[in-house]
Amino acid sequence: MSIETDVAIIGAGPIGLFAVFELGLLDLKAHLVDILDRPGGQCTELYPEKPIYDIPGLPIVTGQELTDKLLEQIKPFNPTFHFSQMAAALSKLEDGRWKLTTDSGTEIVAPVVVIAAGGGSFVPKRPPIAGIEAYEGKSVHYAVRKMEAFRGKNILIAGGGDSALDWTINLAPIASKLTLVHHRDGFRAAQHSVNQMRELAAHGKINFEIASVKALHGDNGQLNAVTLAGADKREWEHACDTFIPFFGLTIKLGPIADFGLNLTENLIGVDTEKFQSTTPGVFAIGDINTYPGKLKLILSGFHEAALMAQAAFHIVKPNEKLRFQYTTSSSSLQKKLGVA
Amino acid sequence: MKIVATDRKGQVHEIEGRDGWSVMEMLRDAGLPVAAECGGACACATCHVYVTDGWYEKLPARSDAEVDMLDMALAVEDNSRLSCQITCAEDLDGIKVTIAPE
Repeated sequence: MSIETDVAIIGAGPIGLFAVFELGLLDLKAHLVDILDRPGGQCTELYPEKPIYDIPGLPIVTGQELTDKLLEQIKPFNPTFHFSQMAAALSKLEDGRWKLTTDSGTEIVAPVVVIAAGGGSFVPKRPPIAGIEAYEGKSVHYAVRKMEAFRGKNILIAGGGDSALDWTINLAPIASKLTLVHHRDGFRAAQHSVNQMRELAAHGKINFEIASVKALHGDNGQLNAVTLAGADKREWEHACDTFIPFFGLTIKLGPIADFGLNLTENLIGVDTEKFQSTTPGVFAIGDINTYPGKLKLILSGFHEAALMAQAAFHIVKPNEKLRFQYTTSSSSLQKKLGVA
Repeated sequence: MKIVATDRKGQVHEIEGRDGWSVMEMLRDAGLPVAAECGGACACATCHVYVTDGWYEKLPARSDAEVDMLDMALAVEDNSRLSCQITCAEDLDGIKVTIAPE
């Protein structure tokens, strides 16, 4: 079933969130799609604790704080979020509207699409091990979606962050054997998880090896062993049938590349009046767009969102007149914001 | 100062390093393929390089934050560094780095 709305926004980072505000002031409703499981994009995924110093009026704010403040600011407009979904396809309907389909099958139909996707989608990093592609989806996995699928497996988990530790702890009881490999005896994870993992290792419930995975061995996508290399460069074979590497996320443009838009070096070219792409009705704001003089700054994206919203209004409501108003003086805007 | 950078194809580039700027910024300005997704905040490990030919030993030690972040880098070696954490300075004139695999 399709969801109908005014604007479909790809990306729930700071610019996608602020777009909800600017659209909301003009009575335009928005649905947002993001591959991450929470709002904030790079701000919360890459640097939640790092201070940002160049947001107007906020001399110092962390990525997480900025996201929280934006969420508070857009609350009156009650946007709908579709998290953990990747914008997979964009097609034009006969009535002129757009249909955005996600990889989970959600369909959003709207006259306006706003791409605020930053550098693209966050996807798991693929370790540089020769031939790993052949095993992906069969015996090499980058996420655990259904734990049951791992019951009775001889699992090898690689990495030293929270995901590696959490899944080591969670899968240990159902695996036939579980080994965690990490290149050093130190972790970038919650201390209680590290303690729990060490406890499991001390009781022989899991194995912990200080090593790196150098090669995979198997047939037809089914792994049967890997070559591990220790800190002293000594190499040995380790039998396993399932490998789950957790090396964090990286950013890839992804399916947006196939939306039929005019791309220059993975950026969407836009005009600087409306921040519309060369495809009418499809706008691009924030780090993902390019135009002469473009600066990849959050504040530039905010400006772009405001101008985009003006143009979007005329597409969504072609017969209505748009009156420019200030939030300081307009009682109708204040009513929308819930402060009047 | 000069930075001697080897890209992923093995091609060697000699680029200018500006005092006080990070090696990552110099590599990026020279158009070399370092993603540097977080923009230099030591938060993403996509500016990973190997520091070679005795230069690794001349650098200040990795900070705890860098050691932690290197866990998210791939193919980490003893001479791995995040290039956003190396500051250009005259005593590093001629530093040799190799951009790590993606």
